[in-house]
Amino acid sequence: MTLTHDVRTKETLVRIEGVHKYFGEHHVLRGIDMNVKEGEVSVIIGPSGSGKSTLLRCVNLMESISAGRIYVRDELIGYREAGGRLHDLSSREIAAQRREIGIVFQRFNLFPHKTAVQNIIEAPTQVKKQSKPAARAKALELLDRVGLADRAGHYPAQLSGGQQQRVAIARALAMEPELMLFDEPTSALDPELVGDVLSVMKDLAKSGMTMIVVTHEIGFAREVGDTLTFMDGGVVVESGNPREIIGNPQHARTQEFLSKVL
Amino acid sequence: MSIQAPDLPATDRSGHAAPAPELINAVPVRHPGRWVGAAIIFLFLAQLCQSLVTNPNFRWDIVGTYIMDVLVIQGIGWTLLLTVLSMVLAVSLAILLAFMRQSDNPLFRCVSWFWVWFFRGTPVYTQLVLWGLVSVLYPKVSVGVPFGPELFHFSTQDLVTAGVAAVLGLGLNESAYLAEIFRAGLKSVDGGQMEAAEALGMRKSKIMWRIILPQAMRVIVPPTGNETIGMLKTTSLVLAVPFTLDLTFATNGIANRTYLPIPLLIVAAFWYLVITSLLMVGQFYIERHFGKGVDNLVQAPVKASQTAARAAKGAHARKEEGEGL
Ligand SMILES: Nc1ncnc2c1ncn2[C@@H]1O[C@H](COP(=O)(O)OP(=O)(O)OP(=O)(O)O)[C@@H](O)[C@H]1O
Ligand SMILES: [Mg+2]
Repeated sequence: MTLTHDVRTKETLVRIEGVHKYFGEHHVLRGIDMNVKEGEVSVIIGPSGSGKSTLLRCVNLMESISAGRIYVRDELIGYREAGGRLHDLSSREIAAQRREIGIVFQRFNLFPHKTAVQNIIEAPTQVKKQSKPAARAKALELLDRVGLADRAGHYPAQLSGGQQQRVAIARALAMEPELMLFDEPTSALDPELVGDVLSVMKDLAKSGMTMIVVTHEIGFAREVGDTLTFMDGGVVVESGNPREIIGNPQHARTQEFLSKVL
Repeated sequence: MSIQAPDLPATDRSGHAAPAPELINAVPVRHPGRWVGAAIIFLFLAQLCQSLVTNPNFRWDIVGTYIMDVLVIQGIGWTLLLTVLSMVLAVSLAILLAFMRQSDNPLFRCVSWFWVWFFRGTPVYTQLVLWGLVSVLYPKVSVGVPFGPELFHFSTQDLVTAGVAAVLGLGLNESAYLAEIFRAGLKSVDGGQMEAAEALGMRKSKIMWRIILPQAMRVIVPPTGNETIGMLKTTSLVLAVPFTLDLTFATNGIANRTYLPIPLLIVAAFWYLVITSLLMVGQFYIERHFGKGVDNLVQAPVKASQTAARAAKGAHARKEEGEGL
């Protein structure tokens, strides 16, 4: 990615400006504005169907936006602007943009035919052309970081949900992204496994990673989040300091939602 | 999981011996019908064996004479070669066709669809005859500019020999069937796999080859094994080309010469069964390879040194932090 070093762009890593998304007639995102500063943890909450996953998928180019702009490190996501028009990016350019953005899914999506360590080294060796021993050493380091050093040779089916999700986090980190997206990373987990995954995410936040986290874990939002955004019906209803919003929500919809999840 | 051996005293958590539980020794359900069925089948088999031995028309002496005949052994070789080459051609084309069918490129999708439509829609016998006649249709293959000068040419007869025609005929026809099997296999892989690989910045072709296809193989291998065994027997149609060295042609030839069709049919059937059995062994290993990580999982070994290292490191601290959330 190209870097431009004026003051504003050093601050803001992700700029989401007036983003709309239609699925056919269905207007899912209705003008989303959101900024995420470098090193910041931005937590998104909201009821089911409010468009949280869709927003993350747009940032990661898994969906194309219908209107608006998304910039990551001042680079327009998904399009090239030339001659006053937007041009679609080629699949090669899309793959290049995706490499800078890691994503962790609700359902882990580990490759079942590969062991934990093979899952992690797949993209570094195949995409970044790192040597196998180097990628492996790095992978073992990452596994240690997520507390799974002894599970390197296990297949996903031999791991618990929480362990699979931590391997998935390590896999995303192996590409050294500058932004990590989390889409309800703990929603598919048994309650006693949630803590392990959240603590890995907390460590990651402490290490200075920029993160956008969709979650229902209000405790995590309050403790780790730098900003909290409440979405409903495809719009941002309320956004700001997590502790203030959770403690004293301004909008009726936010109050109603929080009273249900707290 | 550990199973308590009945003769050892069971111990409770604190290590004290507890009285061993009385083990259940239930009376199993009886199945008299199975015994009756087995008896009937046994009687039938005994009669069959008796007739095989006593009926002189089987001519077991002739079977013995020809089972290792040079022509028969050569026929086996050719039949195997035809089967393997046609299947290699068919599988390679089928992978390509299945990828093309899933491509974003409408041209690829059309070509793939048309190929399957054509090669599946015409009888393999007809295709074999046509490949045999291709040198009549096009006596020479020339490379050059359309409507312009010719650069060089081959005689089709030298290029498409009977063997090549047989492999092309069998392989292209089979590729259409396999393409559908491969397409079904690719579709059976969870969509999240593609998304996860794309999110890591992998290109589509690499994802198909390294992530999707290996998982699809679990679904693809059993029907492809079927097709391979079918192909083994379809090779007997290469007479249509005409290709005259395969096993069926060899045994038929001997039968016609000696006026003894039955013992030579037995010879052919015996060898086809042997080859099929060998192919089934191969399939077993292929299935086991692609079932890695999903079927028959054994507990992966845990290295003691790594466990110790982990315990010494921040595992505890991390856990406490996690609970604080
Ligand atoms: N591919 C799609 N095609 C059509 N509609 C879609 C598609 N993906 C999502 N939607 C619709 O968009 C809306 C928002 O979905 P989204 O998954 O973003 O919600 P969410 O906020 O993540 O909800 P949840 O908390 O349940 O995950 C839903 O009404 C959904 O039905
Ligand atoms: Mg969602």
